[in-house]
Amino acid sequence: MEKLTDQKIKFLEETANNIRQSIIEMLVEAKSGHTAGPLGMADVFTALFFHALKHNSKEPFWEERDRVVLSNGHICPVYYATLAHAGYLPTEELMTLRKFGSRLQGHPHREFLPILETSSGPLGCGLSQAIGMALADRIKNGKNSTKQFYVLMGDGEQDEGNVWEAYLLAGKEKIGNLTMIIDRNNIQIDGFTENILPLEPFKQKLEAFNFDVQEIDGHDFNKIIEAIEKAQSVTDKASVIIADTIPGKGVKEWENKFEWHGKPPTKEEGEMALKELRSR
Amino acid sequence: MININSKLNSKIFEKDVELVPTRKGFGEGLLIAGEKDEKIIGLCADLTESTQMHLFAKKFPERFIEIGVSEQNLATVASGVAAMGSLPVISSYAMFSPGRNWEQIRTTICYNDRKVLVAGNHTGVSVGPDGGTHQALEDIALMRVIPNLVVVSPCDAIEARKATIEALSSKITTPVYIRLGREKTPIITTEETPFEIGKVSVFYESKKPEVTIIATGSLVYNALVSARELEEDGVGTIVLNLSSIKPIDKKTIIENVQKTGAVVTVEEHQVAGGMGSAVAEVLGEFFPAPIEFIGVKDKFGQSGTMNELIEHYGMGVKDIKEAVMKVISRK
Ligand SMILES: Cc1ncc(C[n+]2csc(CCOP(=O)(O)OP(=O)(O)O)c2C)c(N)n1
Ligand SMILES: [Mg+2]
Repeated sequence: MEKLTDQKIKFLEETANNIRQSIIEMLVEAKSGHTAGPLGMADVFTALFFHALKHNSKEPFWEERDRVVLSNGHICPVYYATLAHAGYLPTEELMTLRKFGSRLQGHPHREFLPILETSSGPLGCGLSQAIGMALADRIKNGKNSTKQFYVLMGDGEQDEGNVWEAYLLAGKEKIGNLTMIIDRNNIQIDGFTENILPLEPFKQKLEAFNFDVQEIDGHDFNKIIEAIEKAQSVTDKASVIIADTIPGKGVKEWENKFEWHGKPPTKEEGEMALKELRSR
Repeated sequence: MININSKLNSKIFEKDVELVPTRKGFGEGLLIAGEKDEKIIGLCADLTESTQMHLFAKKFPERFIEIGVSEQNLATVASGVAAMGSLPVISSYAMFSPGRNWEQIRTTICYNDRKVLVAGNHTGVSVGPDGGTHQALEDIALMRVIPNLVVVSPCDAIEARKATIEALSSKITTPVYIRLGREKTPIITTEETPFEIGKVSVFYESKKPEVTIIATGSLVYNALVSARELEEDGVGTIVLNLSSIKPIDKKTIIENVQKTGAVVTVEEHQVAGGMGSAVAEVLGEFFPAPIEFIGVKDKFGQSGTMNELIEHYGMGVKDIKEAVMKVISRK
């Protein structure tokens, strides 16, 4: 990974801010979709696609690319916006989100946008797919593999049994090049995660599966990138990064409110939010 | 013309016909049933408001269990709740329940003969912008193949309320699946419209009917609009509302197909295995007749508005009218 300079951090912060603006513009135009999760994960996506990942937007199907599996597909506005800002899609196309015929389906669909590693939306299935990819790569390339496998999940998503079946397998298989990044924003649809189905002590639970677990501030580029570097350096077990994020991050009025999980901003709300982001 | 005995909404063909999602009828029915029967326990998987279970959950918080986003657990916990003599109602999106937890429903609920009401929301392409992952087009097929299970697909919010109340009454002793929609759709029936699980109703009957249109769910509305337009063009039809897909009212279906000798089935579901297939099973055995199937033809859904998608997948009024003309030519 390239060295993280102060100048690069500044660039990452600006990029994340632009991505957040795109997310808001997309959602206002689409008139439906999820707001809180995408805004909260903008920094992690930026750190991945603009610093940590081995990838090439000019050659999206490059065999040696790192794989990113978005398990919590409902946060796809941040994925689409990041892909656009990273050169995979024209930024104008973002305005087609959720519309009939768009490549940017309401939840990611590979049939419409083949550069996606997988389709998602129904929760709880991404980790297993990432494990399948990593195991196939290990069988094919053994120790010579140069790829990293990343899976992004939500914290509410942890309620799904499939996730824990996959944890057992990832623990057993000791997949050193697998990194699970969990959006710990404490919200899901019906309320705060600790009221709906408590996860705590979450870090300890994951450690018990024999993972290398780090819990970090998911809005601090130094911390995010340091954590990804550490995860890459651990090769005898899978890594987990619990990214503590603020749902709705960047728009003060929307932050930490589960009500923003699944609704888009109105035109007026969007303008207010864009003003706030542009003034940074 | 509209069968007067069906007592349909008098505003049905007017521009300002009321639009209410069927899920709302379920939520209201559950609340009404819950007020009468203390045995009823609601369980939900992190979709309490959008599946309209919040009406019940707010009124009876002590009889509501929040399961979290875990549909397999939702079905299996409900089976345990039923084992203790309570009457569980589970709700989620149909793609996840019964989509994800089908085997759990089959074994721990139906095989065990536990009475549970399974409410599948967000069915059909009319779910809209969320896209194909969230548009259940297979749930009728999945559910009608399970022994012991009743399958109901109400045509509007009023019927959804009645079906929910009846499913939770002592009249029904088996588990029940109720199929619901997200979007607002026209109110077709009234309080007086006859409804009974296991019965088909005749909603429309022209003087000299040539085709029997059998529809289920909110597309019953499109079927009725088609029937009226066809009648103006001199083509008579009968429209049946087949909300009770299982058990299926063979007698009424056969009687009404005998009058015409041709059938068009209409459903917001895969043609394979759906309501049309259930009708074809009955007619194949007792009164073979040509059938045209309106429904999704081996495709996944996608993002769009309800109307765009209904048109795109060939379930609009124009498509139904074409199918009617086609089936007449096949007689
Ligand atoms: C299998 C499945 N069940 C239910 C849903 C509906 N759903 C979408 S997002 C969500 C909440 C997920 O919480 P979390 O992962 O924390 O996402 P956040 O609200 O933080 O964005 C639910 C229940 C789904 N998409 N998939
Ligand atoms: Mg969350």
